[in-house]
Amino acid sequence: MLRPDGTLKVTGEFAYSSDLWLDGMLWGATLRSPHPSAWIRSVDVGPALAMPGVFAVLTHEDVPGEKFYGLEHKDQPVLAIDQVRYQGEAVALVAADHPETARRAAAAIVVDYEVREAVVDARRAAFDPSCPPVHAHGNLVRHQPVRVGSTFDAPVVVTGEYEVGMQDQAFLGPESGLAVPGEDGGVDLYVATQWLHVDQDQVAPCLALPKEKVRLSLAGVGGAFGAREDLSMQIHASMLALRTGKPVKIVYGREESFFGHVHRHPARMRYEHGATADGRLVYVRAEIVLDGGAYCSSSPAVVGNAASLGVGPYEVGNVWIDAYGVYTNNPPCGAMRGFGAVQACYAYESQMDRLAEACGLSPVEVRIRNAVSQGSKLATGQIVDTPAPLADMLRELEAMPGPGEPSAARDLRSLPGGVAQTTHGEGVRRGVGYGVGIKNICFSEGFDDYSTARVRVELLGGEPHVLVHTAAAEVGQGLITIKAQIARTELGIDKVTIAPADTSVGSAGSSSASRQSYVTGGAVKATCEAVRERLDRMRAGHPELTLEELLELYGPVEETREYRHRPTTPMDPLTGQGDSHVQLALCVHRAVVDVDVELGLVKVVELAAVQDVGRILNPLALEGQIHGGTAQGLGLALMEEIQVRDGKVLNPSFTDYLIPTILDMPPMRLSILENPDPHAPYGLRGAGEPPTLSSTPAVAAAVRAATGLDLPRVPIRPEDIALVPAAG
Amino acid sequence: MTAIVRRSGGNPTNAPDGGLCLALSDMGSSEATLSSAIRTETTFTVNGRRVQMELDPRESLLDVLRERLGLTGTKKGCDHGQCGACTVHLDGRRIVSCLTPAVQVNGQAVTTIEGVAAPDGTLHPLQEAFIDNDALQCGYCTPGQVMSGLACIAEGHAGDDDEIREYLSGNLCRCGAYAGILAAVRETARRTDSRVGEG
Ligand code: FES
Ligand code: FES
Repeated sequence: MLRPDGTLKVTGEFAYSSDLWLDGMLWGATLRSPHPSAWIRSVDVGPALAMPGVFAVLTHEDVPGEKFYGLEHKDQPVLAIDQVRYQGEAVALVAADHPETARRAAAAIVVDYEVREAVVDARRAAFDPSCPPVHAHGNLVRHQPVRVGSTFDAPVVVTGEYEVGMQDQAFLGPESGLAVPGEDGGVDLYVATQWLHVDQDQVAPCLALPKEKVRLSLAGVGGAFGAREDLSMQIHASMLALRTGKPVKIVYGREESFFGHVHRHPARMRYEHGATADGRLVYVRAEIVLDGGAYCSSSPAVVGNAASLGVGPYEVGNVWIDAYGVYTNNPPCGAMRGFGAVQACYAYESQMDRLAEACGLSPVEVRIRNAVSQGSKLATGQIVDTPAPLADMLRELEAMPGPGEPSAARDLRSLPGGVAQTTHGEGVRRGVGYGVGIKNICFSEGFDDYSTARVRVELLGGEPHVLVHTAAAEVGQGLITIKAQIARTELGIDKVTIAPADTSVGSAGSSSASRQSYVTGGAVKATCEAVRERLDRMRAGHPELTLEELLELYGPVEETREYRHRPTTPMDPLTGQGDSHVQLALCVHRAVVDVDVELGLVKVVELAAVQDVGRILNPLALEGQIHGGTAQGLGLALMEEIQVRDGKVLNPSFTDYLIPTILDMPPMRLSILENPDPHAPYGLRGAGEPPTLSSTPAVAAAVRAATGLDLPRVPIRPEDIALVPAAG
Repeated sequence: MTAIVRRSGGNPTNAPDGGLCLALSDMGSSEATLSSAIRTETTFTVNGRRVQMELDPRESLLDVLRERLGLTGTKKGCDHGQCGACTVHLDGRRIVSCLTPAVQVNGQAVTTIEGVAAPDGTLHPLQEAFIDNDALQCGYCTPGQVMSGLACIAEGHAGDDDEIREYLSGNLCRCGAYAGILAAVRETARRTDSRVGEG
């Protein structure tokens, strides 16, 4: 089945949040701090208010209700109060009748800052007691240890220090939305988000409104990847709309977008792996420090993932992990595809390659020797109780045909960096690398994770028709296709309409953690089953009637159900033990690269992947998820980094923040396995994130194989390859 | 009292696409307070329709299309010529409309994504191919990709996969739908070729 929104999207008719328009609407703009850390001595909004066309200028004093919000902890001010903690923090808002007027008015606001020392080193924030506190409650957001066993020596020991740069989700459609004041004193908010209800939960208290007066509808979403899990313009536009009594639209530009959402946590990691001479893991020790930036966002969950999945999908009897999330004055970090697991995966996979080398084994063999399988115990003590055929996946991946040797008379376009280089391939070396990733699907650690669906069957024009209503955000992943497929399959009725997502139905949870097919898919399935039961009962009374006649007789049938996956438990705060995950998903990648060692340029020639998805619901959309996740992993390996110096972002543009183009993304070979998870609807396994994990270490390993360099940091920059001082 | 209306009329809670369809009741009324002494009368066509307007020389073609003419199919991803989401055709040649001052298109023909399907709504084969190959996820890059793909084929730059990729490399897709985009352009180029052969 093809996307129901495909035609609207290829004709330009699909209305994204930035396309919304109402007569008489105003445009909002946000004044942001240029400093990563400063006291605010005063804010003078007078010059902005005096400008013609300006309707309102607001500061924290105008926040009607609670002044702080946040996903896990309410530690972020709606607008800065007396101080700023990161460059880009929102200080004041303007509404004006033209976007340019609003921008100029924001620029006319005079803020007197007293710049103070910025905390920019995450390790210092974590471990140095003399480090100034970013928040009054200190710099530690979460420390999660994992402790298993007591044997921490082994015949073979490999160590490494690894670093992951700050990645941006860089969705193509920047943050935007429209707030419309309601006649009841409430507000209607049309916004591109990942989770309408968690937005509502955060927006309403800040507006001092009851939840039912803050109604959210999902506007077209131009990509998400985690960056829309936190609020951006939601409260701001609502405040302006309530103050002016007019609809207010806010659209971030690209540069503002780099400051308008959280990023992937940069990580600094120290690993030590001990093994027997034949490459079987005895122990893993790790220290993982994740820089959460100025506010908490989802840092605690990110730390939980990094700790619980910190050794990867390997059996190891002795584990000593300390994962930390800390506050600094760097840009806030939170959700991005694969969070927590991505950073650890790059480090433990780099370690597995070192171990292979130390033991004289191939990278694939060392992984197979330690691979988890069904029945294995993870570092958290949780038993893998569903299929996890990692060893088979690796064997299959290794056996896949490769791209073949580069031909001598190669097309110059196929060289790293293309044609426009000073040399032409003299320094090109080929390398192959492997990566393995394990990701938890759905929300973990005891979270009450559920989704709600409302399904209605009625006669429309004499024909039975299904209306499926959930609050789940379609962000491009193809969820509406899946929902329609499920309804059609469960009810055997062809005409299915997916109602727009809004808060007039119960929460669907977030479009993140690869969870929507599982949880909202599960909710739609359960609700369709309830509808079917009622139809069956109606049928039992009138076996002679057709479905049409039954609906004619009884009227529409409507049911609403919540669906929950099996419960999880928190991690023990001292040992990390617990059945903290619902479902685990595996993906393995092989990367083939050509590296121009003189120029430091890398071209990924081919990527191959094997992923177990339990059950394929929509092959086209699934392949799209694997391609897309792989591309973002490739980006992290080779080009994507928000460069932050002294707390300031150096590259907030697509000229300087590079994301893979169609030229960077090579052809892919995929093998998709279907080993069902009996706990999940249809046996499916979440699929969007795992490929983002394993592609990064695979590409990095391939570049190492081509160059012989250590490359302990991603993204690998040209200078890391070409400008390495010769050893000795 | 203004109403939020669906672009195509009908009940906003019943959008068959699952996307929200708020739309534009009346565009072009946003003269607002931002005034400029200089106004340049500009005449051009958009998707065959003649447009004549007084333009501030600083307005980009993208903003004029989106904010003044209500043609929001063309997307703004960066406003700096870096992403390709705003690609349109100017006299058949592809340009990034965010870097094109609108006054500059005086006397020329602009084609946007809204002008690609036939007037009766029949999709262009490339649009069909985008749907069939699932060459989109969020779809935000898609209008630009389609405009670029059309030009790539028309320019004769769709000879093989490497060439197509080279000539589409100005259009970012963050969702990573590149494999589908490549397949859609390849497939359409072949079909167009064979039609030429038949003629
Ligand atoms: S919006 Fe014009 S190139 Fe990005
Ligand atoms: S489909 Fe989302 S950016 Fe291309």
